[in-house]
Amino acid sequence: MHHRSSTTESAPVRWLLIGLALLALSLFLLLPLLAVFVEALRRGTDVFCAALVSPSALSAVRLTLTAAAVSVPLNTVFGLAAAWAVTKHQFRGRALLLSLIDLPFAVSPVIAGLVWVLLFGAKGWFGPWLADHDIRIIFELPGIILATVFVTFPFVARELIPLMEAQGNDQELAAVTLGASGWQMFRRITLPNIKWGLLYGVLLCNARAMGEFGAVSVVSGHIRGKTNTLPLHIEVLYNEYQFSAAFACATLLGLLALLTLGLKSAVEQFTHQRASGRI
Amino acid sequence: MSKHRVIPGFGLSLGFTVTYLSLIILIPLAALFVKAGGLGPAEWWRILSAPRVLAAAKLTFGASAAAAMVSVVVGLLVTWVLVRYRFPGRRLLDAMVDLPFALPTAVAGITLTSIYAPNGWIGQYLAVWGIQGAYSPFGVFIALTFIGFPFVVRTVQPVMEDLGTELEEAAATLGAGRLTVFCRVILPALLPALITGFTLAFARAIGEYGSVIFISGNLPMKTEILPLLIVAQLEQYKYRDAAVIAAGMLMVSFALLFLINLLQRQLNWHKR
Amino acid sequence: MKILSYFPSAVILALLLTACGKRSTPGSTLLNVSYDPTREFYADVNAAFAKQWQSSHGRALSIEQSHGGSGKQARAVIDGLEADVVTLALAGDIDEIARQTKLLPGDWQSRLPDHSAPYTSTIVLVVRKGNPKGIKDWGDLVKEGVKVITPNPKTSGGARWNYLAAWAWASKQFGGDQAQILAYMTRLFKNVPVLGTGARDSTSTFAQQGNGDVLLAWENEAYLIGREFPGLSEIIYPSLSILAEPPVAVVDANAAKHGSSEAARAYLEFLYTDEGQTLAAKHFYRPRKPEIAALAASRLPELQMVTVDADFGGWVKAQATHFNDGGSFDQVIKP
Repeated sequence: MHHRSSTTESAPVRWLLIGLALLALSLFLLLPLLAVFVEALRRGTDVFCAALVSPSALSAVRLTLTAAAVSVPLNTVFGLAAAWAVTKHQFRGRALLLSLIDLPFAVSPVIAGLVWVLLFGAKGWFGPWLADHDIRIIFELPGIILATVFVTFPFVARELIPLMEAQGNDQELAAVTLGASGWQMFRRITLPNIKWGLLYGVLLCNARAMGEFGAVSVVSGHIRGKTNTLPLHIEVLYNEYQFSAAFACATLLGLLALLTLGLKSAVEQFTHQRASGRI
Repeated sequence: MSKHRVIPGFGLSLGFTVTYLSLIILIPLAALFVKAGGLGPAEWWRILSAPRVLAAAKLTFGASAAAAMVSVVVGLLVTWVLVRYRFPGRRLLDAMVDLPFALPTAVAGITLTSIYAPNGWIGQYLAVWGIQGAYSPFGVFIALTFIGFPFVVRTVQPVMEDLGTELEEAAATLGAGRLTVFCRVILPALLPALITGFTLAFARAIGEYGSVIFISGNLPMKTEILPLLIVAQLEQYKYRDAAVIAAGMLMVSFALLFLINLLQRQLNWHKR
Repeated sequence: MKILSYFPSAVILALLLTACGKRSTPGSTLLNVSYDPTREFYADVNAAFAKQWQSSHGRALSIEQSHGGSGKQARAVIDGLEADVVTLALAGDIDEIARQTKLLPGDWQSRLPDHSAPYTSTIVLVVRKGNPKGIKDWGDLVKEGVKVITPNPKTSGGARWNYLAAWAWASKQFGGDQAQILAYMTRLFKNVPVLGTGARDSTSTFAQQGNGDVLLAWENEAYLIGREFPGLSEIIYPSLSILAEPPVAVVDANAAKHGSSEAARAYLEFLYTDEGQTLAAKHFYRPRKPEIAALAASRLPELQMVTVDADFGGWVKAQATHFNDGGSFDQVIKP
């Protein structure tokens, strides 16, 4: 009898590894999530629901969604272009470019906000010109969007680059030989190959865009019901000793992570069925 | 020098990448350097060599490196389990990995603090062993690991899913043991992704602010991180000093990122 | 295809355009940029003033509110947050706005009564219920095993008041001997396990997470803890503290631009009326009006207080001597 497949471990090793991973994740991730929900529901579901439907919470949700709706597509297009340039071609300064793409990760959110203030703030480079034309960027929606774009800049690119690197160029080269145009090649070969990586990247980018705190905090005027994003609204509530309400709003962002992943699995399953049906 | 490019779209994709990069990242950062450049080298030295700045730098970079290492080990384990094994609750586990991204850093900081504080769920057990969870460099490490860990999983996961099992089967057929296959076949294939994951976790940890300030205790010379020092300078309306620390921090992290990317390129070269 | 490379520029342009012309009709809104512990107070003031304005002027006024650390808020106004009025923790922060911008004149403090501070407060010691460590005065804070929670004077306005209050006590205790005062302050900060970034941050550390034996806090904040966390703490009045005068000012240029100068002035004057003063007392600020202060005296007892102007030579000097880089705080926290 063939006792086990040649590409997996024996059952005890498998369960040991699963157990270890579960332990690590529970200590690291589940416990904080649990703490958020416990705190959120400490004063009962009424307080919980009231916190979610209060006008300032709704306005914060709207602002957060708007900021994400602009910055995520922008960074997705950028991520695709950057990954294409970096992985399908060899050129001088490639390592430099890669490092520059990573750079926003290393920029403290505080600095990410500060740079926009230095550019567009009243005393910044463009400050006087903007003031003359009565254009507001800092402490308004555009500033929040710019800060979010800066912070979430590398996510899609960084997700795609190792993936496309691992896949190599063989299929694309074959397509070129067969006379495919660049667009055809991208749509028919590259995109199907990278779609999961792309989706991961977009989800990460989105989650981070919605959860960003430090940078947005610098460029937002913290005006209740106007320029507070969801994370800033949570801070406001926390500072007003409305701990339960603060954590209730935090559960929204926790649920967002779970929801996007639910979506991802659904898409995954759907495509698998389609694929197996065709073959 | 320039060889003929077979795959099209080089000019377009690189042009777009560079334009966008310049507008969103480089010009704003240039503003920072111009601000910091208003001070002479002597001033730079005075600001950056202050004992408080050095202590904060040591903590920031040290804790970030340690956190990124641990993230790689735990991240590899978790990714392996998620990709290779099927067990009840796997999807939920997969979903949970993104949590540190979605949770606002401030909320993460507050919750981690309450869990690891001496009277918290975990902190009380640590206290028995004489380990102080929150309000210590260890607390900073915990927060940074929490922040950096998903980067490793999410970078390695797509590559591992893509890896397939053909090579492993071949190796097994040739009589290689499971551990040998892992070390000789799987690990090298994952190495670029692992390095990327480490880089991302490390870079992200260096800049992290929101979660750390809650858990660290913020004691000067002991548990104060660089981003907090920047904020402290801003509160005194010292934009220039803040810009100098920020610029110094950026240059060090950029050098590190650059080195790691070079290393990775070497690895890829050898593979081809 | 080349057009695609201009895409980012187009997006930035679009962002700029969306920013234009977002303000509603002139004179219908007022933005009050304030510091951290005034949230509950100004929520009440805004409601009361909006009602009064509606009845006297026949049109609605919506008052927008922004809170944060005092220094951070001042910086936001300097960088272009278009506040009509600022209500901050220290005169030094509004001075900085006047110094760095042309938004309001340098003599802003003389435009309203009582140095433009319609209410005052002080710094008190908050201890755990029953006062298990027997804290009675500043001197007890340096005892072995006492953990003191205070925010960082570098990042928090309230923390600067805390610091100066402790300094004032030590100065009196040691007859102004610098070395002894510094030694006291050093021992005090040796007992601080966590330095919060703001007043509210430290309050949570003390009340929510149960850290420390003593919290140095604004008087009004101390009473708020009593209300939000019943049975957790009690307030100890030290033998000497500092008179904190949180100032208010109209930001002239912004208010003129928004056509809300009249409303902004009336809003600040409202703080000096009986109604405004009563609200201040309700939120545990010390009212300026003697008759209303008398009503609140049972809750807010008399105590000996120094002032920044008389004992520290004003905020500019205090900031330079104690809190700027190389100041006394840097010496105190040296390892």
